[in-house]
Amino acid sequence: MMARLRRTAPCVLVATTLLAAAGCGGGSNESSGAGSSTTLTVFAASSLTGTFGELEKTFEADHPGVNVQVSLDSSTALATQITQGAPADVLATADQSSMQIIVDDGDNAAKPVSFASNTMAIVTPPDNPAGIKTLDDLDGTDFVLCDPSVPCGSVAAEIFKNAGVTAKPVSLEDKVTAVLSKVTLGEADAGLVYVSDAQAAGDQVMTIDIPTDVNVVTPYYIAAVKDAPGPALAGDWIDLVNSQAGQQVLNQAGFGPP
Amino acid sequence: MTVGQTSGPTRGRAPLGLTLPAGVALTFLVLPVIAVVVRAPWASLVDELSSGEARVALRLSLVTTSISTLACLTFGVPLAWLLARTAFRGRSLVRALVTLPLVLPPVVGGVALLLALGRRGIVGQYLLAWFGLSFPFTTTAVVLAQTFVALPFLVISVEGAFRASDERYDDAAATLGASRWLTFSRVTVPLALPGIVSGAVLSWARALGEFGATITFAGNFPGTTRTMPTEVYLALQSNIDAAIALSLVLIVVSLVVLALLRERWLSGVSA
Repeated sequence: MMARLRRTAPCVLVATTLLAAAGCGGGSNESSGAGSSTTLTVFAASSLTGTFGELEKTFEADHPGVNVQVSLDSSTALATQITQGAPADVLATADQSSMQIIVDDGDNAAKPVSFASNTMAIVTPPDNPAGIKTLDDLDGTDFVLCDPSVPCGSVAAEIFKNAGVTAKPVSLEDKVTAVLSKVTLGEADAGLVYVSDAQAAGDQVMTIDIPTDVNVVTPYYIAAVKDAPGPALAGDWIDLVNSQAGQQVLNQAGFGPP
Repeated sequence: MTVGQTSGPTRGRAPLGLTLPAGVALTFLVLPVIAVVVRAPWASLVDELSSGEARVALRLSLVTTSISTLACLTFGVPLAWLLARTAFRGRSLVRALVTLPLVLPPVVGGVALLLALGRRGIVGQYLLAWFGLSFPFTTTAVVLAQTFVALPFLVISVEGAFRASDERYDDAAATLGASRWLTFSRVTVPLALPGIVSGAVLSWARALGEFGATITFAGNFPGTTRTMPTEVYLALQSNIDAAIALSLVLIVVSLVVLALLRERWLSGVSA
């Protein structure tokens, strides 16, 4: 009995794996529409949600049969996924150091280029229940920041240092969109988010500018991923982001020039 | 591995049609855990774990999951009894509602908890206005999130245990004059104890691994709301070795607890 089990178990495993692989292959063909269509997978910092969503439509209109998949998360999470072999064609990060993660791992196809920049702002619920006007007013309120392990958190920490603010947040969120939702839901009195996020939130939040002498300008980087499933399309996507049309979309969303 | 041993002469050997899929299931479940052990940064393990943050997160996880398991027992066992032993209109609907948190993605569960119990939640706003209670960003919120996701596991397994134990014992106790409460505490619960304990273990394990609802509803701050799974997730953002080391700790702790419980309780009561 034992011997028989030992001999046959690996066979079943192999068979199952093959079946699973076949299933996946069929699935991805199906999901990208007709048999001739291809998919471009773009990993982007969650602060690029709106702009890359808009550029996705432009790109798909210019490239019939191409399906763009934009996967949004914190830059560091995406970069780590790529070092672990996630099938991304392009990575766009909200800072330089998370792009450096894939550069150090040798996963980029070409030198990363900066395509935009961002600064931070304070957001509060529309009625600003804690009456916050400046960074100094955050002390003693229920405000949230990003965790220092993600770009929006390290930038926030730098701004606090510049402004000499020592107030402690009630929570360190894993990505900037989580900070924003805590504020739009009214659970936090305030949060620090990118200017572009604040603008995208519209009248769901009240935005308070952070003075330029303490604010930090973070460059956004983009690079094609080595051994990407669709290298030509990756180049086209980066070209679109850097084109006048792409820059206009970013500019309208509150991003600064690279 | 004693596959053939349980099959006595009367029942025959365990058929290959069962042992093979069982083997696949076991391999599938254990393989990822083995991968964590294999990939663990053994050389730098002590360094990765020496940060006080890991210890703080582990302690918070153990404290909050103990409380949420107690909460599950306190409120879940009566609910399971109600579902198993009483007949009322809409019982199947109630049972469906109880299992609903199982299908909600935990992050959605976290948002739902905010909408209900947050500072501006439909109930939370009154708790704040009348009692000054505010849950988000507190350790209480961690316990609430864990209880929310773990309670269905307890209710389902305990209800199953109540149903499986013979109801005629309850009737016998009643004919001897026992009140329904006395019957519940002296007859129903002792008979279903193995099911209750395994339900509690299951809900504890679910609470220990809870991440999505916690980070959404309670937030993330060292010492107050940052539990082990959140610590692992954050480590994953920047240092995969640290994340694996932390996961290893989580696996070892849960293995030890589960093994001890099985030794102390499950074998004892089912013997």
